[in-house]
Amino acid sequence: MLINNFLLLGAVLFCIGVYGVIARKNAVMVLMSIELILNSVNINLLAFSQLHDNVDGNTFALYIIAVAAAEVGVGLAMVLLIYRNRKSISLDELSEMKG
Amino acid sequence: MSAVILADDIYVAQNIGFGIIAAVMIVGALKVVTSKNVVHAALSLVLVLAGAAAQYLLLAAEFVAVTQVLVYVGAVMVLFLFGVMLTRAKLGQEGDLNNKNALLGVPVALLMLGVMSWVLIDGFEDTKLPQDGDQVSVQAVSDSIFKPYLLPFWALSFVLLAAVIGAIVLARKD
Repeated sequence: MLINNFLLLGAVLFCIGVYGVIARKNAVMVLMSIELILNSVNINLLAFSQLHDNVDGNTFALYIIAVAAAEVGVGLAMVLLIYRNRKSISLDELSEMKG
Repeated sequence: MSAVILADDIYVAQNIGFGIIAAVMIVGALKVVTSKNVVHAALSLVLVLAGAAAQYLLLAAEFVAVTQVLVYVGAVMVLFLFGVMLTRAKLGQEGDLNNKNALLGVPVALLMLGVMSWVLIDGFEDTKLPQDGDQVSVQAVSDSIFKPYLLPFWALSFVLLAAVIGAIVLARKD
């Protein structure tokens, strides 16, 4: 199989995720788009791991999965906190930190 | 470069499998970012993550594939569904999931896709993956984690600990 199959699939998923991060207003949806981006990175890492016959790509894919799990946990806790304080998780309305 | 393509060089089964799974993943990903219903988006995300696990198997990374199913499809998706249900009073059609200037994302994403595709196709033209190898063994992965990459592993343990404590501190009612 061509390596470009996997790399282009990763690129497509990455760009869809970037679109989601830009376009979505709901904080949970933005977190989901970030998951898309992290998965595309994992596909790239494993493709190169297979291409160079090297295990390091597998190791770092596992590390990325762990970091993504931690990120989702903290992110959703923050979303819950924001929802409890404001009754809304629309990112447009969170403008207190604007200078 | 021989003009005759041997049947062994094509890997028909792998390519068909890859194509089907990739199509499902791309359709699912598009539904994640365009669906008007948060729960439908979360279920489409399950499709994408399971497809990614299948692609990892095609890439001979069985341990990462199993971990993907356990962590993403199992744990992270449950967290997402909890997040959706705790922050939405009703689970129905939601009309206002997108920004005012959501359309700005389309040219940005297309530009990035164009540049990346060009670079990849230009750089890797017809580089083939080695297909005769075995699956990467769990032993090799664990040797890699606990010998050369032990320090990142420790750092990651602290990240997870901090995330657990931080999530509890943030989300508790006091």
